[in-house]
Amino acid sequence: MFVGYFTERPYQDFESGWVGATGREIEDLGMTNGDYDPRIGAELYNRYLDEKVYAEEMGFDGLMLNEHHSTPFCMGGVMNVEAAILARITKRAKIVLLGNVLPIWEDPLWLAEELAEIDMISRGRLVTGWVRGTGRESVAHNSQSPFNWERFQEAHDFVVKAWSTPGPFRWEGEHYQYRYVNPWARPYQEPHPQIWIPGVMSRNTVKWCAEHRYPYVMLATEIEPTKKSFEYYDEVAQENGYEASTEHHGYLFKVHVDETEELAEEAGRKYISGPANPFLEGNQGTVRSNLQNLPGLTSRTQLLPTVTTFAAAARGRQAARDAALAEKEAEQDKRDADAFGTYEEQVNKYSIITGTPKTVIPKIRHVLEELRPGNIFFWDGDGAMNHEDAMRSLRLFGEEVIPAVREMGKELDLKGAFEVDTQTGAPLSGD
Amino acid sequence: MTTQAETHSQIVTEVSGLKVNALQDGSGPNLVVLHHSTGPGWIPFYDLLAANHTVTAIDMPGYGQSERPAWARHPRDIAIMLHSAIHKMGIDSDAHLLGMGFGGWVAAELASMHLHGLDSLTLVGAAGVQPEEGEIADVIFYEFEEYVKLGFSSDEAYAEVFGDEAAPELKELWDFSREMTARLTWKPWMFNRQLPHLLSEVETPTLLLWGENDRVVPIGVAEVYDANLPNSRIQVLEGLGHLVELENPQATADAVTSFIGSL
Repeated sequence: MFVGYFTERPYQDFESGWVGATGREIEDLGMTNGDYDPRIGAELYNRYLDEKVYAEEMGFDGLMLNEHHSTPFCMGGVMNVEAAILARITKRAKIVLLGNVLPIWEDPLWLAEELAEIDMISRGRLVTGWVRGTGRESVAHNSQSPFNWERFQEAHDFVVKAWSTPGPFRWEGEHYQYRYVNPWARPYQEPHPQIWIPGVMSRNTVKWCAEHRYPYVMLATEIEPTKKSFEYYDEVAQENGYEASTEHHGYLFKVHVDETEELAEEAGRKYISGPANPFLEGNQGTVRSNLQNLPGLTSRTQLLPTVTTFAAAARGRQAARDAALAEKEAEQDKRDADAFGTYEEQVNKYSIITGTPKTVIPKIRHVLEELRPGNIFFWDGDGAMNHEDAMRSLRLFGEEVIPAVREMGKELDLKGAFEVDTQTGAPLSGD
Repeated sequence: MTTQAETHSQIVTEVSGLKVNALQDGSGPNLVVLHHSTGPGWIPFYDLLAANHTVTAIDMPGYGQSERPAWARHPRDIAIMLHSAIHKMGIDSDAHLLGMGFGGWVAAELASMHLHGLDSLTLVGAAGVQPEEGEIADVIFYEFEEYVKLGFSSDEAYAEVFGDEAAPELKELWDFSREMTARLTWKPWMFNRQLPHLLSEVETPTLLLWGENDRVVPIGVAEVYDANLPNSRIQVLEGLGHLVELENPQATADAVTSFIGSL
């Protein structure tokens, strides 16, 4: 079993009221960075790095970073910088990047070089991971949304080739062109670092991932849909002539451990409150659907199915008005419900696990039994949790939770991607 | 937004192995019309034009019933395809060309290819060149219904055409169309830095027809067209927004008919 630690590194500003459940209206890509205080940024970057170092001391196998752009909920716009620092200041843990947003890179050769450097500085501890990004990322770096999936695939093929094929070679692709690919930096690991793919529900991505035999890490999705995604992965694996197993399945979920149940609840509620990540489930941020659903990000059919008629349009007007009204009411109902029940709901459905080691361990066991992932990440220290909250939890993870989880992993035979080679199914001798 | 297809004749031709669809009606000189980025459809404005012209409304490749050129990366690719389509449809002699919004940009690209039979060009709230002041509105930051609303001088004017909320079929058309548009223009958004230089060779008489309160394509775009086209003039339609042909079909058709008649 591979056990990793993750926090999204939210920008926590206790003064502005702009961030998190503070009562101010917050809209995705609707906040000016004129409100950004680099002094707060400086404290937070250093704090999050310190916590990662401590997580390694406490026995985590992996330190996971992620990347988002133009948003306060994740400070990892350039997570490769954080990864490079961790490569130098940590000794043993894998540095797991889930993930670089491939399609927004105009120059993926630069990415290949950066990641190779990180792998060398860490002496082979990089786990690389790649995502398509949300609409937010495409807007922030102005990447043409209809070609997002094509660019993801081509950038992947290109970086893997740049890492594993001696140069120089020429690349004349659809979206990327190079006359001379011969980076003077190669990954420490042969033929290249493991590639893990994080995601939520995109069937396209799950299919592609299973075809490549890469571990697929479900990001804090609910238990039932997560199971369905793993089942789909396994089906695709069979179609491709192999049996997928625990090493191909990864799961990130929110777990906080604390000294008392009271402290645990207080900290647990901070996942969705206070001056932190405004877009965590139950928090107050509004995601703009048009930005998340950019033109062609999910491709429509290539031909409009019907000729619309003016008459039909006229007939449709009243129906459309009624439908819109019903939708608005449903949204309001949801908001009302969220305002009173979300934290408890999330606790009930295992979306947030918080407690003392004694109460947390059985819940983790439930998740592991249900999903059988070989690679897990505990998502902690997020929302409005402060450094002390994060450090108390990390200590208890190290002292009590991780040893118990390792025992469960053995008992349930949950082998991770560093115990079994996901490409061949052969046992791996390394850590 | 469209009337029944069966009342107009449908013309289907093939360009680069792809079906290109058009609707045609009226009689008189050929008038080829190119639609906005929001998509095609026969609108009352076309009926008014058809009183004096043979109007051919083409679904630009990748829009409506015309197949998608998955390889196309620029409005000029579409203009080159339309060059062939117009020839194959036999509507390229003594022809007048009219383009609206994004279709205006494509029409300007087409005109820059010096079609022999092109007698006039009308650009209605056309994108395609960068204004000296202001910017062409960015669809990415709008819900697409809000974007169409922005095309009217007021929300009331929008409601007169589409109701308070557009029909699902129309929303589907807009969503479908904006994907194609995003395949053709992105960086820079909605203009071509090369185009002004090429326009200086276009002798075709050109009318630049703009709504006074266009909130999508600023009047500065018309001014750049006017400064570069040797034989153009600007006409402003008072009180109207970007979608002049929907907001006031009669005034817009009158302006076009009178311009073409004056040649």
